[in-house]
Amino acid sequence: MIEFTSLIVNGISVGAIYALVALGVVIIFKSTEIVNFAHPSLLVFGTLIVATAYNGLHLPFYVAAIAGVGISALLGVAIDRVLVRPFYKKRAIIAAGIMTIGLSIVIDTLTTNQIGAQILSAGNPLGSSTISILSTSIPLARLAALATAIVLLMAFYLWLQRSDFGVAMRAAADDPETASLMGVRLSRVTMISWAIASALAVVAGIFLVSYPSAGLDVSVGAVSLQAIPAAIIGGLDSTTGAVVGGLAVGLTQVLTLGYQHQLAFLGLSFSQAAPYILMLLVLLIRPAGLFGTKEVSRV
Amino acid sequence: MSKFRDWRGRRWVILAAVVLLGLALPAILDPYWIQLGALIFAASIGSIGLMLLFGRVGQLSFGHSFFLAVGAYSYVWIASPGNDGSGWGLGLPSLLAIPLAMGIAAIAGLIFSPIASRMKGLTLGLATLSLVFIGVWLLNTLEPLTGGYNGRNAPPLQIGAFSSLGSNISVLGVPIGSAQFLWYVTLALLAAVGAFTVTLLKGRIGRAFTAIRDAEVHAAALGVEVARYRAIAFTISSAYAGLAGVLLAIIIQRLTPGYWGLSLTLSYLAMIVIGGLRSVSGAIVGAVVVMGLPAVLQLYGYAIPGVGSEGGTGLGPAVVAQVAYGAVVVVVLMFAPDGLVGLLARLVPKRWRVSGEVPPTSVR
Repeated sequence: MIEFTSLIVNGISVGAIYALVALGVVIIFKSTEIVNFAHPSLLVFGTLIVATAYNGLHLPFYVAAIAGVGISALLGVAIDRVLVRPFYKKRAIIAAGIMTIGLSIVIDTLTTNQIGAQILSAGNPLGSSTISILSTSIPLARLAALATAIVLLMAFYLWLQRSDFGVAMRAAADDPETASLMGVRLSRVTMISWAIASALAVVAGIFLVSYPSAGLDVSVGAVSLQAIPAAIIGGLDSTTGAVVGGLAVGLTQVLTLGYQHQLAFLGLSFSQAAPYILMLLVLLIRPAGLFGTKEVSRV
Repeated sequence: MSKFRDWRGRRWVILAAVVLLGLALPAILDPYWIQLGALIFAASIGSIGLMLLFGRVGQLSFGHSFFLAVGAYSYVWIASPGNDGSGWGLGLPSLLAIPLAMGIAAIAGLIFSPIASRMKGLTLGLATLSLVFIGVWLLNTLEPLTGGYNGRNAPPLQIGAFSSLGSNISVLGVPIGSAQFLWYVTLALLAAVGAFTVTLLKGRIGRAFTAIRDAEVHAAALGVEVARYRAIAFTISSAYAGLAGVLLAIIIQRLTPGYWGLSLTLSYLAMIVIGGLRSVSGAIVGAVVVMGLPAVLQLYGYAIPGVGSEGGTGLGPAVVAQVAYGAVVVVVLMFAPDGLVGLLARLVPKRWRVSGEVPPTSVR
């Protein structure tokens, strides 16, 4: 039972990080209808900048973190302005999605080459300290991740619902033509979405490489790829969905890993496939994801 | 009409030249390039399958590597002796194993097609993404079939006295070694698949595919059974993938689960995007670029400043090849959405074009 509680707590805290990454995917999808497959690569890129600034340039953690978040946000804007722009006009959303795959291959290759065999620390000041809740010891970094995720998700939700920008963004996603006739500046909406999404990815990345994980190594890209099933399970156009999907993927992964001896007949690598099996099952029942808006052109 | 006839004449000349080149090249080339050629022909069969599905029916699939793996491991299972301690095997002749493995891949596609025909475009792409990860997990887990993490050897292909491991026989003075044999086998199969696909796409089924891609609702209103044709496309595509998987298994000889992962699926997607989504020739050109680029950089990369040699200074040819291939996908999609073949077609002088040729269209 103690093991079960500890797994649940762990799963939720990992899931909160996935939720943050998935939220970035959802933000971009909401405003552009593009699935950004390069999102995990942006996460690794930004986290690599934080780690390099911290280890190589010996900057204080918070300065390094702000630098990483800022540079990634700028890269996000650059991607939007330079690479994705030609696709908006044609509304070629699938082509744009495939383009981000090409982009992710480029970024992944360069970051993987840079990281090499190293395991880099992003310098999270919470270090490896733990706290005991419900007789399970939980790393403080994970709690901080959970708290950050909750605050950021709530803030983003309120912003989207209440602010002018939120309305503009939802309008842009819903009907870009009408929105732009009503005075919504589409290019600004997509630019800000890319910036926010890329910044969120780095925040999530910093927590993803903090204790109890060893640090930033070449496997982080594959781990953060789980945000894609998380976003899809929740529904690509739903912020609530991102949270639910992130938690679902986190819990699935931690539980299948924790009980892998009981699940030995499924093989040792089952925990890596489990989120994708969950995704397939969800898509079978609800093709738009749990909270996604259903497409309404059926025959 | 005379222009039309002229073009037809030219086309036969080109076709004859290609056939002669395909037959003669193994006599001249280094085995390294012959082997690469065989790999490209095998991959082309797979990319034609994906082209058919995505370019012609508009069904995006990330699951291609799964069906490649189904074909490859079915071949291993059917052609392995089964009593040599390497795992399950039926011990059937390897030549018979090829169509059987292709059939199994087609059945796997047929099983998945109820899902595939319910979904379209992006949703299907995302659903099939899960097949890749489920596939890699199965390959790691089903040890008696796949050899688990360490992999398993694929039995050689034997046709009469010829073998994919090489033989001492010469035909017209050309020794038919392993590479030459693989070249001719893969080229013959590619020609068959290409001809079949072109015929299929010109006919009733091909027109139904295009109708579904361009206007699903209209197609249904005109009596095209959308779900059925999507299932057909998915099954054919899986069968092609299966055949490509078999040939790849025969060429690379040792199969490990890691090979059949996400990057393999993405490389097939890159092939059709780079070459051109709409045509058999596009799928083949894409395979040439994606498979050929790393090989060329490996050999001649040292001549390009900043690339360096493997393990030396510079990024190394493997990294540069990978970056270049990602960048080519980005650039092609941005500036030539109809692929390299579409780009070339626009360069062909107007009087050379077949009248009434469908203008190339791009990805939506």
